[in-house]
Amino acid sequence: MNSVNAAPSLANPAEKEAPLLEVDHLEVQFFTRRGTVQAVRQVSFSIERGETLGVVGESGSGKSVMAQTLLGLTELPGRITGGDVRWKGESLVHDASATLARVRGNEIAMIFQDPMTSLNPVFTIGTQISEVLRRHLGHTRKQALVRAAELLDLVGIANAAARVKQYPHELSGGMRQRVLIAMALACEPELLVADEPTTALDVTIQAQILDLIGDLQRELSLTVLLITHDLGVVAGLCNRVAVMYSGKLVELASADDLYANPAHPYSAGLLRSTPRLDVVMPRLVSIEGTPPDMISPPPGCPFAARCDLAVTECLEEMPGLHTYPDGRKVACWRAFEVGRG
Amino acid sequence: MTAPDGYTAQHADEDEALHQEEALQGRPYELAVVQHGGLFRDLISDKLGIASFIFLVTLIAAAALAPWIAPESPTQGNLSNAFASPVWHGGTWRNPVGTDWQGYDLLSRLLYGARTSLIIGVLVVVLAGTFGVLIGLLAGYKGGRADRWLMGWVDVQISFPGLLLAMLLIALVGGSVLSVTIILAINGWMVYARMTRGVVLSVRERPFVEAAEMMGCRPRRVVFHHILPNLSTPLVTLAVLEFARIILAEAALSFLGLGIQYPTVSWGLDIARAGDHELFGNQWLIIYPGLLLSLTVLSVNLLSSWLRVAADPQEREKRFASRASGTVSGAAGGGGAGL
Amino acid sequence: MAEPLATEPKSVHTTAPHVEVRGLSIRFPVGRSGFWGGTTRYVHAVDEVSFSIGRGETLGLVGESGSGKTTIGRAVLRRIEPSAGTISFRGDDITTTKGKQLRELRRHMQLVFQDPYASLNPRKTVLELVAEPLIVHGLALNPKDAREQVADLLHRCGLPADTVDRYPHAFSGGQRQRIGIARALALRPEFIVADEPVSALDVSVRAQVVNLLQDLQQELALTYLFIAHDLSVVRHISHRIAILYAGRMVEIAPTHAVYDNPMHPYTEALLSSVPIPDPPLQRERRRIVLTGEIPNPVDPPPGCRFQTRCPLVHDRCHGETPKLEEKQPDHLVACFAR
Repeated sequence: MNSVNAAPSLANPAEKEAPLLEVDHLEVQFFTRRGTVQAVRQVSFSIERGETLGVVGESGSGKSVMAQTLLGLTELPGRITGGDVRWKGESLVHDASATLARVRGNEIAMIFQDPMTSLNPVFTIGTQISEVLRRHLGHTRKQALVRAAELLDLVGIANAAARVKQYPHELSGGMRQRVLIAMALACEPELLVADEPTTALDVTIQAQILDLIGDLQRELSLTVLLITHDLGVVAGLCNRVAVMYSGKLVELASADDLYANPAHPYSAGLLRSTPRLDVVMPRLVSIEGTPPDMISPPPGCPFAARCDLAVTECLEEMPGLHTYPDGRKVACWRAFEVGRG
Repeated sequence: MTAPDGYTAQHADEDEALHQEEALQGRPYELAVVQHGGLFRDLISDKLGIASFIFLVTLIAAAALAPWIAPESPTQGNLSNAFASPVWHGGTWRNPVGTDWQGYDLLSRLLYGARTSLIIGVLVVVLAGTFGVLIGLLAGYKGGRADRWLMGWVDVQISFPGLLLAMLLIALVGGSVLSVTIILAINGWMVYARMTRGVVLSVRERPFVEAAEMMGCRPRRVVFHHILPNLSTPLVTLAVLEFARIILAEAALSFLGLGIQYPTVSWGLDIARAGDHELFGNQWLIIYPGLLLSLTVLSVNLLSSWLRVAADPQEREKRFASRASGTVSGAAGGGGAGL
Repeated sequence: MAEPLATEPKSVHTTAPHVEVRGLSIRFPVGRSGFWGGTTRYVHAVDEVSFSIGRGETLGLVGESGSGKTTIGRAVLRRIEPSAGTISFRGDDITTTKGKQLRELRRHMQLVFQDPYASLNPRKTVLELVAEPLIVHGLALNPKDAREQVADLLHRCGLPADTVDRYPHAFSGGQRQRIGIARALALRPEFIVADEPVSALDVSVRAQVVNLLQDLQQELALTYLFIAHDLSVVRHISHRIAILYAGRMVEIAPTHAVYDNPMHPYTEALLSSVPIPDPPLQRERRRIVLTGEIPNPVDPPPGCRFQTRCPLVHDRCHGETPKLEEKQPDHLVACFAR
């Protein structure tokens, strides 16, 4: 049902060089007893070297499932059923075990939402970081420990030499997330995938971690893929933003454009319902209704049922991801019509 | 929402797993697990599980119908007909599995022995289970001093050798189905209490239990309406395993002469008696009761391991997915791995 | 040490406090120390917290993890025993109420949970869930009556009538939270503690729940204690806001004053930590990024608890505990620097 409206304008002939990472008509399905869940549907985008791309979506949008495919972390009941992910032109999906083994951790590193479950509670953080260094870079034990302390210093952990001897439970949540970032940076990756890196943290700690990611991105000329549900988190950090809804990429634009003038009604709705501290509203705004069932998604636009602008066409036919002259990509029959009436 | 207790951490119980799955799909779950038809379909696809299931059902039916289907009384025979061979060793259809040293029909003895084993197994599981679960619920929900005292009792009794207790009691009251049942129940309730307490400790912390308390539910209602249903999966698995253990324990006690006494029939007793009387040339007197005992215990264990998988929605989903995703990629012919 | 609130902050709706907490301290034992294990060590979860809420008013209680906000919420509902201090409800001291009276009291105070998934028993239908409080308190005459009352509650919370016979799994997070609210309302309470009711929900449906709570307050004259972990959503529902840090209250003021004129350095940091969804503005924004660690609640340092992270810290903060003082009308702050 997806094939009819495959994104028409992905292969942009203007792009000569292969991008760092290219997600091409990716499809991931979850095989459950209740039916096949269409978790990621025909998602295509690419990341250029040095940029920070934010992927924003709510629960069930497929953003995390999509991120897992980048490192070959898709597990049953999930399975990649179509499309491809290419890292510097090499597939990470088809016959990719050798490529993945080389790329994972070395060239692409990932940090997750919950810093506690990602750390092994029985080893000191120094041991855990140096383990990565020794395995991937062949450091000796001594070299690795010295480098581990340097890395902790890099991610802003004071008194790093003493910290390497501590266990994860001795650290606060923010510290643990810093340790995980240090581990992710151990092999000097080119791409850092951060999947909801601050969702489990307090706001004041979130601000610290976001600042840290921003600083590291500039200093190490890192490419960052930031996955989050919070448009606020993306705002200060990302150059471009991709908005996902119901497994589809609905809008891809530069951050400034997207926030100033969202083209897709869902982007606009999400932006309106994100409360702003600098604006007083008499009443909070929400998007009425709930996302569609991903086992039998509607034939038309998945957002149509909640959309104020929906017309018959929206209910019947899925809009393709169309590239507009200003470079924005929007999947909507009534793109750019938000806020006009 | 993290469970502080090690037990539940392992046995991510039903709705927790459902919850995780929802996070995964971001969509409500239509309670597929509650449909038991699906459970049975799962059993059929598990070959060992279904074989065990059929064996146990046959055994239970045969034991229940023993008075009608047994060829002879298990405790009457003709000495002149002693040591008759089974049919497949040249014996006659009068005693299909042969006779023992007293001329008793072995098939009848096996059937009545199954009766004894199953009755004791069920009775002990019910008695020990009920008592243990109640103690565990009390200790886990009340906490504090009640918990310390009750669990102290459990610890003391676990450290007391069960065999010694059995010998003592049998010497006092004599061996019968009733006394063996009581002895095994006295020895077996602690494991239920410990497990129940562990699960209660973690379930008690879950928000829906606090919600029940906030609504003004009295402790009894909170425990039986809100906490107990969450124990069903681990309890059923434990009870099935305990059932197998009890059957073995009864046979062992009887074998040692501390359990069932003549003229009541028991597999363990038969094995012991066959050993006493002329083993050579008449191995079937040991082999058949022993085989039946082993097969019963094996079947119960296989069934319980199937049950454990079947009751874990995540595991079921994984099995389902590995089948479904295989077929889909094969059907699509997209050059995927297929099956 | 409890500083009585010199002037009661005037509520929009009424004068007499509906719920009042005075000098509330809560500590939990965390093992023993000393040679014979003779000294029990305590986590000082809540320290000398006082506030009051007028009838029909919403007090936003804001704090990060470890601030004691959830503990205070539970103590007000009498689910956690306070180590010191008093709790009053409708003018009566309920700090030591027990047994039948406590159960009766709880009818009037209810809780809306943070996690709409874990707080609804997955094995019960919506009817069973929402009818349970009616049944245990004998407020339903018969099954038909219970069903009608439940249908009315669900309707009031914006759920369709065919909801009753379905299981919670069939609903999205926002709808489940509506079910949770319907259940809390079943006993017609006067006071509701909402413990981060929207933080587990998707952004696009948060407002649905906040607006529902606001509408219900209007209709039923409810009093709310609205607990939150940041300052983004509370603004839209609270009349006044109290900020907690490491078990102590550092600032309490009418909502507009907290946002327009934050006085405690922690409040300022909390405000500037919430990202604004506007890239140019967010990039240019002067932000106070705190450094340092939150003090260990087992052995908190003497003096101000915020001293380890405070940009304005000076000598006095290390030795002396700042008291909550009215620095501006109705605006109480516990800081030496302001």
